[in-house]
Amino acid sequence: MNVVYFLVQNTLPVAIPLLLTALGGMFSERSGVINLALEGIMLFGAFFGCLTTYYIGSAMNPQLVLIIALLVAALAGAIYSLALSFAAVNMKADQTIVGTAMNMLVPAMVLLISKMFFMSDGITTSVNLYIQKIPLLGDIPVIGQLFFQKTYLTVYIGIAVLVIAQILLYKTKFGLRLRACGEHPQAADSVGINVYRMRYAGVTISGILGGLGGFAYAVGIMDGNCNGHTGVAGFGFLALAVMIFGQWKPIRILLAALFFAFLRQLSNSVMLIPFLYNLNIPKVVYSILPYVATMVVLAFTSKKSRAPKAEGIPYDKGSR
Amino acid sequence: MSFWNKNVKPLLMSILPSVVAILIGLLFGLLVMIFASPGDAPMGFYTVLTRGISKFSDVLYYATPIIMTGLSVGFAYRMGLFNIGASGQFTMGIFAALLVSFFLPLKSPASWIVACVAAIAAGAIWGSIPGFFKALLNINEVITSIMFNYIGMYVVDYLISNSSTMYFATKARTNYISAEAQLPALWSGTNLNVGIIIAVVLAVILFVVLFYTTFGYELRATGFNKDAAKYAGMSSKRNIIITMAIAGALAGLGGALCILAPSTVVGSSVTYEPINVIRNEGFNGIAVALLGCSHPIGIVFSAIFVSYIQRGGTGAVAYKPEIIDVVLAFIIYFSAFAMVVREIVSGKRKKKKSAPAPGAVIDAVPPGPNDTAMQDQTGTGLMPEAEERGEE
Repeated sequence: MNVVYFLVQNTLPVAIPLLLTALGGMFSERSGVINLALEGIMLFGAFFGCLTTYYIGSAMNPQLVLIIALLVAALAGAIYSLALSFAAVNMKADQTIVGTAMNMLVPAMVLLISKMFFMSDGITTSVNLYIQKIPLLGDIPVIGQLFFQKTYLTVYIGIAVLVIAQILLYKTKFGLRLRACGEHPQAADSVGINVYRMRYAGVTISGILGGLGGFAYAVGIMDGNCNGHTGVAGFGFLALAVMIFGQWKPIRILLAALFFAFLRQLSNSVMLIPFLYNLNIPKVVYSILPYVATMVVLAFTSKKSRAPKAEGIPYDKGSR
Repeated sequence: MSFWNKNVKPLLMSILPSVVAILIGLLFGLLVMIFASPGDAPMGFYTVLTRGISKFSDVLYYATPIIMTGLSVGFAYRMGLFNIGASGQFTMGIFAALLVSFFLPLKSPASWIVACVAAIAAGAIWGSIPGFFKALLNINEVITSIMFNYIGMYVVDYLISNSSTMYFATKARTNYISAEAQLPALWSGTNLNVGIIIAVVLAVILFVVLFYTTFGYELRATGFNKDAAKYAGMSSKRNIIITMAIAGALAGLGGALCILAPSTVVGSSVTYEPINVIRNEGFNGIAVALLGCSHPIGIVFSAIFVSYIQRGGTGAVAYKPEIIDVVLAFIIYFSAFAMVVREIVSGKRKKKKSAPAPGAVIDAVPPGPNDTAMQDQTGTGLMPEAEERGEE
């Protein structure tokens, strides 16, 4: 049973960055813009989140620090995502190239700033954001141990964001309009929806969620630090795979994120699972597992993919 | 006059977006420098722009790998494929070259030639995998090749750091390879080696392949319009796999030319550090390819330019070499606006706004998913010929 507790406790903080970022990708693609810049947006959010933690960390309660840093990360992600909106919506530029440029810019910037001002490759913080046990809830037998011990606040924030995303996408006028812009922008425009504005909204939401996801990565995986060399280790791209695996639907994205996080986490748990430990598999196999799994999953889901029809196509009012 | 209209004007028009992107990219680089350290900015920026002149042999030395990755990205882009996996293919090339250099006791020059061939094969295999996924399962090659960047990097790092022959554990890098296994130098006293010649010759060969062979024609036709090419009987699936294999081979050879390049310090060599970081050369190759308009000859020049400002960046006092990566990222970002730049210059944009062009009627049909493929195959319009054809 201890192994199960350990696996769940360790999988959730890894799943949350994937979940948040994949939800971000979903909002962007549902509005019709492919967001390949998520990797860069994540690191951008992580960097500013860590910077905030670095400066205010000693002044107040660690959990309050985490919330403030998350807000800063979300804001940073939103601002950075405007670079994509502007290029994709106003300039009708190639979204793949723009995304690649945005992904290249952030690690370079993080390294430049960190090396110049912190004599390091990233930001190292020493605030203890870890929650050993949540009072009351942590005492519930089994459930308490699974979900309310040895965890991070980001886990609950991630679940809350999932609920909000589900409601926003399916139960509001905004969600309906957003989805229309990703499926058939011409039809949406003909009934008076401002496609450009909806796409800006979709990309900005993805920026907010990507920033949150980035800082959740820094918290849950890097222990509150961020580094320009390793960045977010391809999590932005894994999140896109999670989104495809989740078929652009929030609840399915959660399941996909849990699946990937579990694979990512296995390497840390091998010691505890005698069966795996005895197989004596080299560590590199576990390192590449999430990436290989992505390929396998994409291979199986590609045929019945339900991608938004108009994603990646710049919308030109004149060609309606 | 007709020579001007036929040859010079199209050339200028096609390189114009690159020049604009470079200028804007440098401007943003200057802004970042001012933001980071205002007092050092003028001197630092001056160094970035001029230091390469006195280090020109270094410029060529460091241009060699990115000519290769640039050719890799540019070649695939001609077919509408975005090879973001050049880094992984490059890493596989390095690994194959190291294997040959350490484990095959060959006498020079057989050693480096065999190592290059091995690197070509390794890169081709690594590149063709995303090709297969794209051709057979229609999976976006961008995500696939990124996944294979990570897979390749982890596997190579693992294999190298577990080989006592190749790995020098206390220094966390590979051992020096023997001088015999390295590329022959061109002039003693400089860094110049046979690698730059190989790279330039390959660029010329690719130019011929792209513009004077049936395969190249098919490839470009598929890049312009996938559906029309298919309708004309061209096998896009086969071409996708071959293109990605060639792109991978080019990047793989780049890896070999990088790791086998002779060192000016006697008794040493270029080394590989298995520190789980994805090689930058592949991403720089994207910048090189976009700036070079995906044209093999253009790529040679843009690689030399990129290498030139990189040399400048390493010498900029008070700053770090990463400043150049910042500049390159901005350059790529603004190269994506190529079409807009060209439209502004040719005055098309104004016309469009005042009165719809006669052809607009055709556009009244709502574009379906297939139309997208047609519009987006050429990406930002980096294929000059298509543009001009449209204008006439």
